[in-house]
Amino acid sequence: MKSFTVLEGLVAPMDRANVDTDMIIPKQFLKSIKRSGFGPNLFDEMRYLDEGQPGQDCSGRPLNPAFPLNQSRYQGATVLLARENFGCGSSREHAPWALEDYGFRCIIAPSFADIFYNNCFKNGILPVVLPAATVDKLFTALYAEEGYRLAIDLEAQTVRTPIGEVLRFEVDVARKHCLLKGLDDIGVTLESAAAIRQFEDRWREQSPWLFNMIGRGPV
Amino acid sequence: MAGLTLYDKLWRNHLVEEREDGSALIYIDRHLIHEVTSPQAFEGLRLAGRKPWRLDANLAVPDHNVPTSREERGGGVAGIRDQVSRLQVQTLDDNCRDFDIVEIPINDVRQGIVHVVGPEQGATLPGMTVVCGDSHTSTHGALGALAHGIGTSEVEHVLATQCLIQQKMKNMLVRVDGCLQPGVTAKDVALAVIGHIGTAGGTGYAIEFAGEVVRSLTMEGRMTLCNMSIEAGARMGMIAVDQTTLDYVKGRTYAPSGALWDAAQAAWADLHSDADAVFDKVVTLRGEDILPQVTWGNSPEMVLPVTGRVPDPESMENATQRSAAQRAIEYMGLTPGMAITDIRLDRVFIGSCTNSRIEDLRAAAAVVRGRHVASTLKQALVVPGSGQVKAQAEAEGLHEVFLAAGMEWREPGCSMCLAMNADKLGAGEHCASTSNRNFEGRQGIGGRTHLVSPAMAAAAAIAGHFVDIRNLQEPIQ
Repeated sequence: MKSFTVLEGLVAPMDRANVDTDMIIPKQFLKSIKRSGFGPNLFDEMRYLDEGQPGQDCSGRPLNPAFPLNQSRYQGATVLLARENFGCGSSREHAPWALEDYGFRCIIAPSFADIFYNNCFKNGILPVVLPAATVDKLFTALYAEEGYRLAIDLEAQTVRTPIGEVLRFEVDVARKHCLLKGLDDIGVTLESAAAIRQFEDRWREQSPWLFNMIGRGPV
Repeated sequence: MAGLTLYDKLWRNHLVEEREDGSALIYIDRHLIHEVTSPQAFEGLRLAGRKPWRLDANLAVPDHNVPTSREERGGGVAGIRDQVSRLQVQTLDDNCRDFDIVEIPINDVRQGIVHVVGPEQGATLPGMTVVCGDSHTSTHGALGALAHGIGTSEVEHVLATQCLIQQKMKNMLVRVDGCLQPGVTAKDVALAVIGHIGTAGGTGYAIEFAGEVVRSLTMEGRMTLCNMSIEAGARMGMIAVDQTTLDYVKGRTYAPSGALWDAAQAAWADLHSDADAVFDKVVTLRGEDILPQVTWGNSPEMVLPVTGRVPDPESMENATQRSAAQRAIEYMGLTPGMAITDIRLDRVFIGSCTNSRIEDLRAAAAVVRGRHVASTLKQALVVPGSGQVKAQAEAEGLHEVFLAAGMEWREPGCSMCLAMNADKLGAGEHCASTSNRNFEGRQGIGGRTHLVSPAMAAAAAIAGHFVDIRNLQEPIQ
């Protein structure tokens, strides 16, 4: 996994509440058996005027000029500024895959849906929660100034604005550690293999009905 | 010291180790797998040269992509016309074969929506941790299990380690007291709860549903309620084990029997919150106050009683809510002040992991029996949740009731809930749907979804618009 330490980048707006995972990456693209290549279909229904199909070359599709990511001032954005409950809906990891593939490495919002929030950390994306009033101010500043950029420092847990304000955010220690180092979760967990085996033996003895069922019998 | 909640107990029972950084390693008893969120996880295992930790903890079934028309379904995997869908279902078959994981294949009678199949087979049991790469895994909490959706990275993590790295959630109690009016169902309770706390109301919490109304629900009703915990923002919803749970589980394929059953039953007696348990948040509703619910907008919290009127955004004080309501009214093609019962429908969908079990189909059939769908309706789809539900419905003659009413009787799968297969809405079409999400484009690009109970969907199919199911003794107009 890509690590995340500091990011200084152009900010793009996604100015609506409850942006759901169907908006982030519509269902027809979930049929892919790959992990990459979802970027061109990020926000597909809002971004294009036609109906997107999996495997299609998106370069010739008609763009929705009103959609921020289609406007020249937001080209190359790596930070997405969003509203409440961003990423609600399904558990599809295709949502952070699409955001990451497009180029976003940090999303700032007043709140995130739980599963999406968790999925971001597994894919090198930092979701930053800031108070709604602060996010409001950032939106105002972003709209007022072309080329608006923010600097995010995960180690220090800060977002720095162009006028030098430093906004502190919270992130739990475990997720921060893995993202800073770009650690492979599975590798880390397997360091506890002995503990898992020990738990499993005890649990099997205590609750034998939970074991050896699937695979036995008529399936 | 205060007592423990049901969630606290399930957490404690599965705690492998706590780490200094506040995270914990939680053991997973059951991992359900479907075709959409697993291919990249299996690929990850391959690339790292890893094998599944414990084969018998896994059960796979294709559901999201499978066609539901009898004709297309007859050809099995090879007969799936959409080649991208076909490849994904084929990939699940291939991965299960390569990794030696048990899969219920596409045309097996036990195939169906993963959240219908798990409990139906007894593959999800009280006291388990249950995960699946699908957010509606919260369904299985109805059995007194700790069950939640995970992303693909975690699917791979569970396959490789049988564990997940977790942070403990806060506890929320949602208590529904009293009793429900006739015609009001678990679906209406779920939508009323979401309307009350909002789609982010449960974020960061594990919800336990309790109270007289919840206790009196059947297991299938409880599954409907827990299913939509995620629409209230909570990854997991759960209900304490009682006699209703035990009666449901006993005798199922993978449920314990004999002496093991006795031992299991004794262990499951502890699967409830202690009387002195403390919840971080408590929400109470009165069953009598809950009317049949209909969503009007593009978030499940945009819900009203069937007697209501589409709200006027201008009357909303919160700017974010106002703009969301304006956008929803525009997308849904409604006008402020319009009566919910005046919303005309183009299609009706009865199915999904929320409402496709036998009791749902019985409730819908009871409404349409002897009646015919409105001439203005383009389509009314009934999609059973599994092959076993389908067989049971056919044994009871329900399919004939639906067919006689002018509805279509399909093969099991997720179908029009998320339109990954051929079942979808056209742009601008209004659909009364028993599914769980009314997001823009969810059931087809430009489609307009209204979430309702099976009985309400059936009544809407007959009338061509929403009607209050409580008035059904009178002729539908």
